Amino acid sequence: MAGLLKFITCGSVDDGKSTLIGHILYDAKLIYADQEKALKLDSKVGSTGGQIDYSLLLDGLMAEREQGITIDVAYRYFTTGARSFIVADTPGHEEYTRNMAVGASFAELAVILVDASQGVLVQTRRHARICSLMGIRHYVFAVNKMDLVQYSESRFNEILTQITGLTEELKLADVKVMPLSATVGDNVTGRSENMPWYSGEPLLRYLETVDVSESASGEAFYMPVQRVCRPDRTFRGFQGQVEAGSVSVGDTVRTLPSGETAAVKGILVTDRQADTAYAGQPVTLTLDREVDVSRGCVITKDEAIAAYGTLDVSLLWTDDSELNVGNDCLVKLGTKLIPAAVTEIKYAVDVNTGAHIPAKSLRKNGIARCTIRLSEPITADRFALHKTLGELILIDRVTNMTAACGVVEDVLDKAVSGQEQASFTDGTLKARGDLFEEFYYDVNSYNVFHAQTINSTFRVGDEIPTRGKSFAYPDDFDVIVMRDKVAVLIRGRKVERLVRFDEYSYDCTVPVVNGRGFAVLAKTADDVKRFIAEYESSDEASLPELFGRWLDFDTYRKIYISGAYI
Amino acid sequence: MIKFRDETAKKLGIEMLEYINEDGVKQGINPFDHGAAYTDIMKTQALKQALDKYGFTAAFGGGRRDEEKSRAKERIFSFRSASHAWDPKNQRPEMWKLYNTKINKGESIRVFPISNWTEKDIWQYIKRENIDIVPLYFAAERPVVERDGNIIMVDDDRFPLKEGEVPQMKSVRFRTLGCYPLTGGIESTAATLDEIIAETLASVESERTSRVIDNEAAGSMERRKREGYF
Repeated sequence: MAGLLKFITCGSVDDGKSTLIGHILYDAKLIYADQEKALKLDSKVGSTGGQIDYSLLLDGLMAEREQGITIDVAYRYFTTGARSFIVADTPGHEEYTRNMAVGASFAELAVILVDASQGVLVQTRRHARICSLMGIRHYVFAVNKMDLVQYSESRFNEILTQITGLTEELKLADVKVMPLSATVGDNVTGRSENMPWYSGEPLLRYLETVDVSESASGEAFYMPVQRVCRPDRTFRGFQGQVEAGSVSVGDTVRTLPSGETAAVKGILVTDRQADTAYAGQPVTLTLDREVDVSRGCVITKDEAIAAYGTLDVSLLWTDDSELNVGNDCLVKLGTKLIPAAVTEIKYAVDVNTGAHIPAKSLRKNGIARCTIRLSEPITADRFALHKTLGELILIDRVTNMTAACGVVEDVLDKAVSGQEQASFTDGTLKARGDLFEEFYYDVNSYNVFHAQTINSTFRVGDEIPTRGKSFAYPDDFDVIVMRDKVAVLIRGRKVERLVRFDEYSYDCTVPVVNGRGFAVLAKTADDVKRFIAEYESSDEASLPELFGRWLDFDTYRKIYISGAYI
Repeated sequence: MIKFRDETAKKLGIEMLEYINEDGVKQGINPFDHGAAYTDIMKTQALKQALDKYGFTAAFGGGRRDEEKSRAKERIFSFRSASHAWDPKNQRPEMWKLYNTKINKGESIRVFPISNWTEKDIWQYIKRENIDIVPLYFAAERPVVERDGNIIMVDDDRFPLKEGEVPQMKSVRFRTLGCYPLTGGIESTAATLDEIIAETLASVESERTSRVIDNEAAGSMERRKREGYF
């Protein structure tokens, strides 16, 4: 038996998507007796003059049944003798395109319906384009309602030419075109006697046998971290789903964006110890040394994966508000959620012709190629190379709506790895030098960014820069670097020494700042101890309040205005 | 069911919060006299009150898309307004595995992690992982009456018999467990997981057909979901 097939039906309004699926279920005797009874009853009062209205099996919302349209995607589950299926039946109206895209992001194969009497329509092209954008590789173009064109082979061939034009433009590789009638049942589950000129398989037979498996062999391991599990001081596990390849105990892995390496000490698949974990499995990994990894980081064996500050993306805009250059948003990519800004709309795509159109804004259901500047570098890659690192959504920061979805076409501004960033070092102790980061307001995209312009390693006795464009530190102060649990003592603008937190005591004679150079509002050694203790027991939710109470930005820092990214 | 729940909580060391809609209790709302209104007042309203009381931002549920046609339209992360209402005509897009969990103050999320499982998947998983389940899922001789096409168990003397109804012993099991006595059983001899799996595969009736209130009016599940039901 072939594996599970997840597919969608899409196409323009009234091309018969719901009817087609309804008919498959009905013909293949996949409808329960009570559902069939309800269907026959509901059909009597519907628009088909007492004939069975198969679409009622899928249009489950009252508003859909009242209007006779599909508003949102419906999922159906069925098993034939040869295969199990999940089908997402998607809406055809342009208004509900984003719901169609939801289905497309879920599917391995798309059945795109074309009304034989209408031919390929704008909405057919839009849907094919979105399917292609969302990464679907297998297509069936079902030329439906052949009964309305007297099962004409020449009409079918005309439409075939239109479809070929579209599939060539979109470079769709695996395409099948078949003539059928969803209402009558021609070529749905069985061969049609009305179209002897068509020698291919009926739709269901094709869906039962089509091979959609991806050749994932040779792909190197990567796992976006969902959660750091630390039930007590002795255990620190990194949890997530293995997206590609496999990982074994003893393997050397890299952590991104921090750029550290470590060996895998243990693997748990759910609650069981394992020697190796494979793509698709949810796991907990433990490593042989401390690394700087939190939710949104990536653990990998793939040398080609890196962190980037700028993404070149294709977006489908799904929000009622417009996309404009400078739009402030949150980006979710992999397991990372971070602030970002759309800094450029390179062009909008004409959904009908595929032409590139210059655009300053984008409206709901529009597709465009855009540049997104991230507030800090994140692990990402081209959708075509690493699927999970190339899928993203944009979230409106005010309404919290999912404003767009898209895929990464290219990655820019590669981040320097951990070793090349500003840092302090003293023997075996290390601490990052984020206090030298510049904060600036970019006038083109109306957004605040931060950037590292200093990448030196400062050792004991080295003089540090105390003046930057956005920072001015005193000659003597202490830096408490929370993420490394190390305090750096600066005296006379020079690094005096580094001290581990458990050996550090604030002497109250100099100011103290945190790792990013924000003043710590502490007067006594106990205050500093309390701040550190509170930080260590904090979580994502309590951190903003904690920082708000203990830290002050303005004391040694400001934001300067800039006309270009730095 | 309640005994099973309490034992499970104890076994796993979970802090279990119990919430009962006291207003409903005072009004004497009961499933025998009030039918669907009981489900609304004692389940939906109670759930909403409890979510408000504890300020939960997310509530996980075991709802599946293959159960019912409005559930077939549900997202995995399904958003509820401050008054716990569901707006099925304006759901957030949900792409790939990129769940947008951002909500405004007062709003909440219903999360359905096993949305894409089927009834068969559930049983196969229970078998594979050797999971304890409520004994009512297994067939046994039980005293029942037939009412409006449903087989209702006569559990104890709380159940008011109608004129002419005499409880009979039949081998029945429950395919779905909801409010008693608003959930009917099915005649079955499936007393093991293997037998249940075989029976599920061969069934000609859908899973929730024995839920009395699902079939009260067209779109009744959607209406209840809009009002805050799971």
